[in-house]
Amino acid sequence: MDSLATLASATWGGPLLVLALMLPVAALMLAFVLGGRHAERVVLATLPIGLGVAVAIAAAIIHQGAALHYDLGGWAPPLGVSLHADGLSATLLLTTAVVLCAVGLYARADFRVPPGVSEARAPLAFWTLLLAVWAGLNAVFLGQDLFNLYVALELLTFAAVPLVCLSGSPQTIAAALRYLLFALMGSVLYLLGGALFYGAYGTLDIPMLSARLASGDPIAPAALAAAALMTAGLLAKTALFPLHLWLPPAHAGAPAAGSAVLSALVVKASFFLILRLWFDVMPASLTHLAAQVLAALGAAAILFGGVLALRQARLKMLIAYSTLAQIGYLFLVFPLVANPAAAPILDLGQTPGAWTGGVLQLVSHAFAKAAMFMAAGLIAGALGHDQLRGLGGIGRVLPMTVFAFALAGLSLMGLPPSGGFASKWLLLSASIETGQWWWTLVMLAGGLLTGAYLFRVLAPALSTRGPPLTLVKPVERSRELVVLGLALCSVVLGLVPFSSFGLVQIGRLGATGIGLP
Amino acid sequence: MSSVTLFGLCGAALVGLGLFGLIVQPGVLRKILAFNLLGSGVLLLFGVIARRGGGVVAGNGSDPVAQALIITALVVAFAATVLAVALLRRLVQETGRDSLDSDG
Amino acid sequence: MSVALAADAGLALLILGLAVWTSIARTAGGAVIGFMAYGLLVALVWVRLAAVDVALTEAALGSGLTGFVLLGAAARLPRDAPAARPGWGLRLAAGVVSAAVAAGLAAVVLLLPVSAPTLAPAATANLPALGLGNPVTGVLIAYRAIDTLLESVVLVLALIGLWSLARDGDWGGRPGALRSADPSPALVLLAQVLPPLGILVGIYLFWTGAIAPGGAFQGGTVLAAMWVLTLVTGLTRPPRVGGRGVRLLLVAGPALFLAIGVAGFWLGGAFLAYPAGYAKPLILAIEAALTLSIAVALGLLLAGPPLAQSGPRA
Repeated sequence: MDSLATLASATWGGPLLVLALMLPVAALMLAFVLGGRHAERVVLATLPIGLGVAVAIAAAIIHQGAALHYDLGGWAPPLGVSLHADGLSATLLLTTAVVLCAVGLYARADFRVPPGVSEARAPLAFWTLLLAVWAGLNAVFLGQDLFNLYVALELLTFAAVPLVCLSGSPQTIAAALRYLLFALMGSVLYLLGGALFYGAYGTLDIPMLSARLASGDPIAPAALAAAALMTAGLLAKTALFPLHLWLPPAHAGAPAAGSAVLSALVVKASFFLILRLWFDVMPASLTHLAAQVLAALGAAAILFGGVLALRQARLKMLIAYSTLAQIGYLFLVFPLVANPAAAPILDLGQTPGAWTGGVLQLVSHAFAKAAMFMAAGLIAGALGHDQLRGLGGIGRVLPMTVFAFALAGLSLMGLPPSGGFASKWLLLSASIETGQWWWTLVMLAGGLLTGAYLFRVLAPALSTRGPPLTLVKPVERSRELVVLGLALCSVVLGLVPFSSFGLVQIGRLGATGIGLP
Repeated sequence: MSSVTLFGLCGAALVGLGLFGLIVQPGVLRKILAFNLLGSGVLLLFGVIARRGGGVVAGNGSDPVAQALIITALVVAFAATVLAVALLRRLVQETGRDSLDSDG
Repeated sequence: MSVALAADAGLALLILGLAVWTSIARTAGGAVIGFMAYGLLVALVWVRLAAVDVALTEAALGSGLTGFVLLGAAARLPRDAPAARPGWGLRLAAGVVSAAVAAGLAAVVLLLPVSAPTLAPAATANLPALGLGNPVTGVLIAYRAIDTLLESVVLVLALIGLWSLARDGDWGGRPGALRSADPSPALVLLAQVLPPLGILVGIYLFWTGAIAPGGAFQGGTVLAAMWVLTLVTGLTRPPRVGGRGVRLLLVAGPALFLAIGVAGFWLGGAFLAYPAGYAKPLILAIEAALTLSIAVALGLLLAGPPLAQSGPRA
């Protein structure tokens, strides 16, 4: 590992970023041209390579203790476009690669080309779109230029929307259309924000913008409008309350493997850009103000999503509403990190708990939610439906699947030992340390709601009474193992000592500025 | 007031009109049209910014960087419209309706 | 204050009027026609804003092809579709938000700083090294090559998304949205006469893009329009979606772009850098491949998802 890191950081650090971005793009073109059964093979061959690249990037960043950077075409910003990976980017690249590897293995059974034909619609679309989602996510996590990030967001939209309606049913078509309209509105508002930033400061490069905004001159009205428009657009894509209407039908309508990708990863991309906008572009004084609004919406999402999840009749809808609530937690990071009271912690040079907690929530929710949707897919495939009423006794038939679901649920509820517990613990501590106790109440209420809706699934699933269930289709052991693996990932995160999360701090632009009044 | 400012105000009005239509129009085709109005308003504003920047330098040009970005965005908007229309046509085939209501 | 300003004011008012018409026209077809006229006027505004490259793209793509797609959809809408309008509360809220956004943007326009920061000088200064004369092409193909590369992939992706809307049984068939059962003789004549000329225009636009307004997107759009004309009249048939040839054409542009970009690691010192002295021929090769791929992608995007072989003209 050490020699790998040395090699990586010395000469290959920058080019590794290009590789992370271009590998899925090249694989996408190859899979599309070869088509048929080759599409799946291309994806399964590319995924481990991509995982290796993500590991190498993380290793290089840890080894250097600094972010990686690459000027594309040799043109430095502001004229050119550069790629950039700090610890947070690397964490998300890794999370994405791990989840996609699991999804790839899981999806083989659902998207096999049937015998007798050389190519079929759903498999070709799924495998190529999966690569496209990957390309879009990596482009978002590596982007350093606001317009380049716009293209990345669009790449992601065009990849994610068709995943929703692969089954072709009228409900999923309507869900995909609604998702597309929300996403397009979001992109256009984001683009307008970018244009206004360019008009006011003549650059789209994030560090340059940040420097010019912090130069001491009064902030241009255009920049304020730009930040507001971008935030609104990105919130629509992240489905934060009250812009959430599109999410539940879209995430519940997609095939299980698609739901896993959409809920675990795709909504995180736009959230990541909101983080970058308020912590890396805008000056800290303004972030304090925006943070209150964002967290208030997040709190509403936690409560609203939790209550609605309680009222769902279908398992996949319940999981989709749970995503709404879990997204809410992410937004509590803003007032907890961007708070004057957090400054002393930063001065000590230690990891600010709220930041690490937020990143942990991002990552552990990704693993847990992917595992949950895929477990739900196995259950729905085996029973032929996913009505909660018909789940009685499923735990006796599919013990490993239900166990994986319960483990993932542990993380969502924030019970120890799990990544969700670690993240919620850090967020709770930060809210008390910074004197913002009201967020504590929201988090505790959210945890209770999560427990309640998961109880609605697990209580019948684990009951030992009732007639034995008949399965429509057997469930492959290998797929159950994949789901269990992901659920374990979300739990294991909670067993790792906090000090080893130093990676998420490396190269944070705002690390010195955040929290100072 | 200069022509450039005038077109900027026109773009601002188009953004408002498009946003309103996107939210309240009941028909999907009307929503897609509204999205296109919104998009072209946004690009007009970008064009105004480009013209101001280009004018400083060349006196009579438009900022090539902004122009290139606008062209890229126009192509994206076209592709998005095609995808939305295809989804709409499929929806009409399946349900006979041009709206997203009552689908839960 | 002059005739020009008055004319521009008239143009802006006309555009706003057509935009309102598009929003409130009683029939969907009327709204789309209004939108196409609107697009042509917006192209005029781009000329007035000295952005000829954008004007060409807007006229061809924004008004022309977009209008064509929307007209096709409008013709197939159910007649009796009086979908319920949203309630008063939502409409009021939407009105307030939209008006506030518009007013805020208007204020921003009026308050833009006197000195307009810009990258225009840098974009122009580096052109000679690339052997280019059109700075817009320089931005698209060199300074911000990554955006254009990803953009060309987005087009392929949009097509995959479109094809994924086919029915399972139709996979492997030919796109069928354009096939007109009974094209008018005038249209057939047009489809026989126009394409040779259109193809020349398309190639000219791509070729001249190096030094003057034009380039791969504009040239590809014109070529696509010519192809679509022959598809509508049945003079040519769209390719089967399963064919490897058409897929190779679709990725030729981005693949060549990517290949030359990777070669840049060794020959130009960076990914997507051009080796000194060879920039212009490489750029022309990329532009040629991109023009072709864009034309095929746009044409197929208009042609719709595949239909089974049992169509009327199979």
